[in-house]
Amino acid sequence: MAELTARSDPRAAELDVAAIKRDFPVLAERFRGRRLVYLDSAASAQHPLPVLRAQEHYYEHAHANVHRGVYALAERADQLYERARLTVGRFIGAPDPAREVVFTKNATEGLNLVAQAWGRRHLRPGDVVVVTELEHHANLVPWLMLAEERQLELRWLEIDEGFRLDLSRLTEVLRGARVLAISAMSNVLGTMPPVAELAEAAHRAGALVVVDGAQLVPHQPVDVGSLGADFLAFSGHKMCGPTGIGVLWGRAELLAATPPFLGGGGMIKDVRRDGFVPDDPPQRFEAGTPPIAEAVGLAAAIEYLQGIGLDRIAAHEHHLTAYALERLQQRFGRDLVIHGPREPEARGAVLSLAYRDVHPHDLAQVLDQAGVCVRAGHHCAKPLMRRLGVAATARASFYLYNDEDDVEALADALASAGSLFG
Amino acid sequence: MNDLEDLYREIILDHYRNPRQRGELPTPPATRAEGFNPLCGDEVVVFLQVEGDRLVDIRISGQGCSISQSSASLMAAAVKGKSLPEVRRLIATFKAMMSVHGTALGSDADGEEPSGEAEDASGIVPVDLDSLGELAALQGVVKFPVRIKCATLSWNTLAQGLDELAAAR
Ligand SMILES: Cc1ncc(COP(=O)(O)O)c(C=O)c1O
Repeated sequence: MAELTARSDPRAAELDVAAIKRDFPVLAERFRGRRLVYLDSAASAQHPLPVLRAQEHYYEHAHANVHRGVYALAERADQLYERARLTVGRFIGAPDPAREVVFTKNATEGLNLVAQAWGRRHLRPGDVVVVTELEHHANLVPWLMLAEERQLELRWLEIDEGFRLDLSRLTEVLRGARVLAISAMSNVLGTMPPVAELAEAAHRAGALVVVDGAQLVPHQPVDVGSLGADFLAFSGHKMCGPTGIGVLWGRAELLAATPPFLGGGGMIKDVRRDGFVPDDPPQRFEAGTPPIAEAVGLAAAIEYLQGIGLDRIAAHEHHLTAYALERLQQRFGRDLVIHGPREPEARGAVLSLAYRDVHPHDLAQVLDQAGVCVRAGHHCAKPLMRRLGVAATARASFYLYNDEDDVEALADALASAGSLFG
Repeated sequence: MNDLEDLYREIILDHYRNPRQRGELPTPPATRAEGFNPLCGDEVVVFLQVEGDRLVDIRISGQGCSISQSSASLMAAAVKGKSLPEVRRLIATFKAMMSVHGTALGSDADGEEPSGEAEDASGIVPVDLDSLGELAALQGVVKFPVRIKCATLSWNTLAQGLDELAAAR
């Protein structure tokens, strides 16, 4: 696999993207005779062979339901599932991986779990939840739902002209707050707020910090301790893992003080006619048969990414983003607007594009003709789109398997959109 | 013609660049109906002026992609001055064309029928392309199933406006 091709000092070596591309079967697909230029990893990443093989291997050799079987096969499934939990926990620096990692369906479910289970138990009418203008609906709507039910006060951290969070009123906004719900990287602008700094301020104000890590965790090394998170949610499918699995990490004592979210099998110690005793975390939050094969696939994805090195992936994406910002600017000048921080250091690898007055839907359609996959729409961040004054953007995003040729393909395709809509 | 040229025919681009019947009508007496495409944030507002059994005037406002905007413009030009039953018939014919089941077209569409459009199409309606005039230019959209919702947005909004009007009478 690709990691073996790294040179002697793997930290310093650039990624061998050609070798990495070969690990991803779908990247060899051709559409209308053209190679696939996949620039939509922010929506969902592609899968390398080790992930596909791990899941296949699980189904061929180890599948049974977890937690209930005494036979050897079930024990295998159990072991793989719990080992996956440890792999995930270590990946994000969880102090107590066995107890703090909850498998969910996706990042969205993890954030809903925090709002619906922790929030509903601990928040009272008038309590303040601080959200940011950068949020994806996944870290917004659950709080809006709870605010409606519990008469919470929602306060907003807004963005400034440079597409960063405006922190000038931070102390005021956080005063008396119980929760700071914040995305560690915007899926529209690429903005990466200083989460650690904000978490410190939030903690001083007595608020818990709920981090939406859906965009950050796949792309750079994350340590929940240095991030200052109390809860962190992310999705498997954005980090080369399967769909149908996500992770909610929570500090052990917080999870212990959180009532169940969904009820059913696997999450109880006892059930009587008149009540039940919930199990301890993380099982308390995993009602019903969990996504076992997906957990195995996610662990394989993490091992694949670690084999290459998250710091190297981050450096590669940083380089590619800087290259793309410069190249596109050079080639299209004022015809192309890229919503998001100008400085490549301060942003992740997503580029929200506005090309002349070509509607993003039309732009994405023309790019598709060249095999270039970008996403057009509001990216589930309508308050942010409103703030930007646009209904939609066309978003290109990069991952470890993208290279400068992909950026050139994007640029060429943009040029052809220009001539069509002239 | 490649698929993309089939989608973005000259008539469509022309209606996109120079939309007909653009604007608003005072309400009342006109009726206002609003439609959204939650997927892409496109929105269309249709203003209808009905006198007796006739749609005497129509205006379109809102914003969106070339397909939704040109479809609205083509629609407005086509329905203005028609009797309400004629307008209803045109809506049905247009939506039948926008359904992959519009096999009467001999279309080579390979897309799946997007859910939600199937009922609207009420099975296979033979589509009389001649009756559609310029609107037939939009048939290339069928090859791009995600864009069908763009093309039908204004038509659904028009139908909704007519329904509201009928209910109010
Ligand atoms: C920042 C952010 N948060 C949350 C999500 C939700 O992820 P999922 O749909 O996997 O729950 C996304 C995915 O689009 C995202 O980009």
